[in-house]
Amino acid sequence: MSGAVAPGDEAGLIAAVAEAFGSGTPLEVVGNGGKRGLLRPVQAARTLSTGRMSGISFYSPQELVLSARAGTPLSTIAATIAERGQQITSEPPDFSGLLGGEAPQTLGGVVGANLSGPRRVAWGATRDHVLGIRAVNGRGELLRSGGRVLKNVTGLDLCKLLTGSHGTLAVMSEITIKVLPAPERRGTLVLAALDPKAGVAALAAALGSPYAVSGAAYLPEQKSAYLRIEEFAGSVQYRCEKLARQFANTEILDTAASLALWRGIRDAAMLPRAEALWRVSVAPSAGPSILRAVASSGVSGYLDWGGGLVTCAGPATKNAHQAICDAARSTGGVWWLLRAPAPFRAAVDVLPPEAPALAAIRARVQHAFDPRGIFNPLKLRAA
Amino acid sequence: MIAQPEPKQGVLARRDAIVAGLRELVPGSGVIAEPLLLKPYETDGLAAYRQVPLAVVLPETTEQVAAVLALLHREGARVVPRGAGTSLSGGALPMVDAVVVGMMRMNRILEINYADRCARVQPGVTNIGITQAVADAGFFYAPDPSSQLACMIGGNVGMNSGGAHCLRYGVTANNLLGVKLVTIEGEVIELGGEHLDAAGYDWLGLITGSEGQLGIVTEVTVRILRGPEGARAMLAAFRANEVAGQCVDAIIGSGIIPVALEFMDRPAIHACEAFAHAGYPLDAEAMLIIEVEGSIAEQDFLLDRIKEICARFDPISLKVSRSAEESAAIWKGRKGAFGAVGRISPDYLCMDGTIPTSRLPEVLRRIGQMSDACGLQVANIFHAGDGNLHPLIMFDANDASSFARAEKFGADILRLCVEVGGCLTGEHGVGVEKRELMPAQFTATELEQQRRVKSAFDPDWLLNPNKVFPLSPPVAARPLAA
Repeated sequence: MSGAVAPGDEAGLIAAVAEAFGSGTPLEVVGNGGKRGLLRPVQAARTLSTGRMSGISFYSPQELVLSARAGTPLSTIAATIAERGQQITSEPPDFSGLLGGEAPQTLGGVVGANLSGPRRVAWGATRDHVLGIRAVNGRGELLRSGGRVLKNVTGLDLCKLLTGSHGTLAVMSEITIKVLPAPERRGTLVLAALDPKAGVAALAAALGSPYAVSGAAYLPEQKSAYLRIEEFAGSVQYRCEKLARQFANTEILDTAASLALWRGIRDAAMLPRAEALWRVSVAPSAGPSILRAVASSGVSGYLDWGGGLVTCAGPATKNAHQAICDAARSTGGVWWLLRAPAPFRAAVDVLPPEAPALAAIRARVQHAFDPRGIFNPLKLRAA
Repeated sequence: MIAQPEPKQGVLARRDAIVAGLRELVPGSGVIAEPLLLKPYETDGLAAYRQVPLAVVLPETTEQVAAVLALLHREGARVVPRGAGTSLSGGALPMVDAVVVGMMRMNRILEINYADRCARVQPGVTNIGITQAVADAGFFYAPDPSSQLACMIGGNVGMNSGGAHCLRYGVTANNLLGVKLVTIEGEVIELGGEHLDAAGYDWLGLITGSEGQLGIVTEVTVRILRGPEGARAMLAAFRANEVAGQCVDAIIGSGIIPVALEFMDRPAIHACEAFAHAGYPLDAEAMLIIEVEGSIAEQDFLLDRIKEICARFDPISLKVSRSAEESAAIWKGRKGAFGAVGRISPDYLCMDGTIPTSRLPEVLRRIGQMSDACGLQVANIFHAGDGNLHPLIMFDANDASSFARAEKFGADILRLCVEVGGCLTGEHGVGVEKRELMPAQFTATELEQQRRVKSAFDPDWLLNPNKVFPLSPPVAARPLAA
């Protein structure tokens, strides 16, 4: 077999993995390959792509359920469900502008990386909306977990385990997700002239209000906090006005301006061009302290998820990286090195280290799925 | 009686030594070994199955749990974790050679953090206890299983419990931020924390709903949410199950996500009305309770829209509540459903499959046929928004044939749920009740993969080995992960 395999269907995927299992050939597992730059670089003899396994196989709008093959472009799914007034709940970011790559990101890629956007703060992550997965383990065996119903506690939840596993446990062939109605209207309340601490306090007050805020971000450059309401038209107006009364220096953005603003926040479009990019997940109130702690290392960023998601950019240096790791650890949070030159990603930890007891379990779980270690070797950790 | 794994004779023989070892670790009244005092631990919410355990231990700290598990691991003794014992699937059913580790003494709320909208609690805090602790500030903990007055958050994590408001707020897994987990070796592992996304594998998601197969949770951090300005319910009654089902589709299809959307069939309506006198229409074949949230004006807007949709389906009656009191009256019958069925039947089994909502009419028709064929009555309650179906099968436990027929009827219903594209359990868990049905949903390969994951955490299969997985093949023949 050549250096790249792209099966057209699940049977082909099973055959390709079974062959690699038999020969012990490491595989770089990708969709369209747009997330190659995330986490550690993979060195593998062969690339296995699910990019040709594309298409929506099931969609029941009144049940809020959609199934698609792993290689289906997310944009195709978004466009299809938009025709029925629905949207992808977790608002996954599109980092192609940051990571490069022309081909559209796939459903498998987004689920494999468990990427979620601003709506995460109110409606949960991508992992919260994965209902079912069909995948092939490292033995070349087909596994199904979950299904096509919204509530399911039958057996161990392998959907959650595979979501966010970056193709290191199994290769997904088909994914079923829960979708939700798109709002009739979107509105954004801008709170100006706030420093990060005051900004996050405002976000906390709004998220602690009864108005179901569906986006809560702070941009240091603008010294502004942003609150999004997505509801029926009357509710957007009512809730924005109610919230506005709690704060000074407010302005309300309409649906069009809201869409553009939150797309930028989702995709980290406002970050300066820099070699390295990190995401830090912390208790929301700790967000400002992360920004402060890394500033002296030339790292700047912004806050989403009420302050709990810090996306930041800076030089790909050990000094900057260590500043991020230390700041996250000191607040009990976690971090990911999203992007950096490959040699740098190979040289440093791209995720926080694990406690020894958990590391031992993780190694056994990996072995339980992929006994010969053929899937995306060392993608997450150096050993 | 339900089959149990072959008891370990060596453990039975060392009972006194194991109990003495436990007493050293958990002093005072925290170790129970007297037959009479063990009796209350022989069963749970699925009272048809009983087994007195070897001993019960009631630790008060994470360190004690760790020491207890390390001891039991050294002894090769099996472990059954237990919260309030409200499981409807036999999730806390002991084995004769197992030590029950009861978490009810770890019942403190450790920290409430409004700025970060989370609460850190011990596993023995009741579900309602979390909401009560934050209610004065206008907050609540969202998952609300019917047993919420008694059931404990540790058990909710073990079973990934749901409730009536999952369509809007999700189940336990969607509202959990972190846990402290003690492994069978007695290692303490922290998973998650006060942040939303975890780095690396989603251990929290795997642990949630793992039914005590992977470890014992000794601390839980949950999200707390600010409650809405208000909520109000309406009731809509229809001439046929099909029509009510179409109405549910039309509501969801219109872009409205009600916070609750409950369906009751004719037997359920009659049982609940006789019990609660809630004013339910007795001439209806099917009834929906629909709840929305927001300000009064927002509630009016949503309820008007839903009313318009319901009106298209020729309803027998539509009743929109005008106050919190009227909403409570509409909910009163539904919330008392289990008691209501208990009043008209000496015993009942509460099943818990999930089906695609579009298949509801067909599933109810076939359940009706099964009911006629086996001569047992059934009332159906359905979380229509999320497809979770609760048939209540009425039987008489004093009549062995009646119980056997009820068990078979229940199993047939769950197979039907899988056949139409659903699953064996939506929120109660597999437990002992449904473990032998697992091959109806999973292939041998898929079950083997799940067993391998269990083995990665618990290589000797000491944690709750009588639950979730079919007893065959026996533990000795099961694969190690590594």
